[in-house]
Amino acid sequence: MHELGLMQSVLEIAEDYARREGARAIREIGLRVGALSGVEPAALEFAFEAAKQGTLAEQARLAVQWVPLVAFCEACTVEFAVDSPFGIALCPLCDEPAAALKRGQELEVEYLEVV
Amino acid sequence: MADVKEVAIGLSVLAENAQERGRRIHVEKGVMALNDQYAAANRQRLEQAGVRAINVLSSPGSGKTTLLARTLQELKGQRRMAVIVGDLATDNDAQRLQVGGATAVQIQTGTFCHLEAAMVSRALDALELAELDLLFIENVGNLVCPAAYDLGENSRVVLFSTTEGEDKPLKYPRMFKSADLVLITKSDLTEVLGFDRALALENLRQVAPQAPVLEVSARSGEGLEGWYRYLQQPTG
Repeated sequence: MHELGLMQSVLEIAEDYARREGARAIREIGLRVGALSGVEPAALEFAFEAAKQGTLAEQARLAVQWVPLVAFCEACTVEFAVDSPFGIALCPLCDEPAAALKRGQELEVEYLEVV
Repeated sequence: MADVKEVAIGLSVLAENAQERGRRIHVEKGVMALNDQYAAANRQRLEQAGVRAINVLSSPGSGKTTLLARTLQELKGQRRMAVIVGDLATDNDAQRLQVGGATAVQIQTGTFCHLEAAMVSRALDALELAELDLLFIENVGNLVCPAAYDLGENSRVVLFSTTEGEDKPLKYPRMFKSADLVLITKSDLTEVLGFDRALALENLRQVAPQAPVLEVSARSGEGLEGWYRYLQQPTG
């Protein structure tokens, strides 16, 4: 993924919310990143360190919550966690591949800690 | 004297802690939120004009442009069509796609590895939507990043060619899981490559059970009937 571009969007959102709250600095940015989002952890950290310079988040930490893939089997009406690194979601009850994904593709700013 | 000193230290420690702690602001905003707004606007615009938009995705070199050029030629007269095509550089693809009188709008992204809804919105301004039935959006050749961007399309068609190997779908699960239709292109090369069709289809069934699969060759014409039938459907 283009993590630098994504982090620039994250920082735009963060600064926008921080300014609206009258904050003078951002201490922490909480992100939610899905297992199937295509985002790479090391690249994200690297991009954050580069992109935060000169912003309200210059001294901030990045806190990433990785969200595992959760699929839904229409036939059995059951949700289940997916371990497969290839995103193969086999229903634990009927063993058929499930198409519907409930969680695991997110890229969200969850919260900010500001002063 | 001792008391005053202790109080002073206590206050400075308190001040430091307060500075560190800060307060929490709940944001809960998707990074794609702005893109999604543009996508929703595109979708509404296309719906109002009665245009079916198809986002065409694949690796570079899978045969998107060749397939679309042949499609524009063979369905000329049956459907009023146009194409928006994204590449980092050149307008070569738009030139290739000006076939059968179709309008082709080139988006040169510069450095962007994917199309975004805002880019498509500007490209829509260059088209007479009222005069169209079918709009192809040929995305930048890339099986990773474009998966994350809703452009406002009705359907997503994901291509991979016989030269790319049977396990392609396993390598790009997010992209294939987002497909409404999968096309295995360059099917005319199956035998010469020793491409294992059954294995490719099984991998697709495992990763993307939601998507019907068609095997096509833009060169030989094999399988194109099925593709044209899919395009004649009103939606999906």
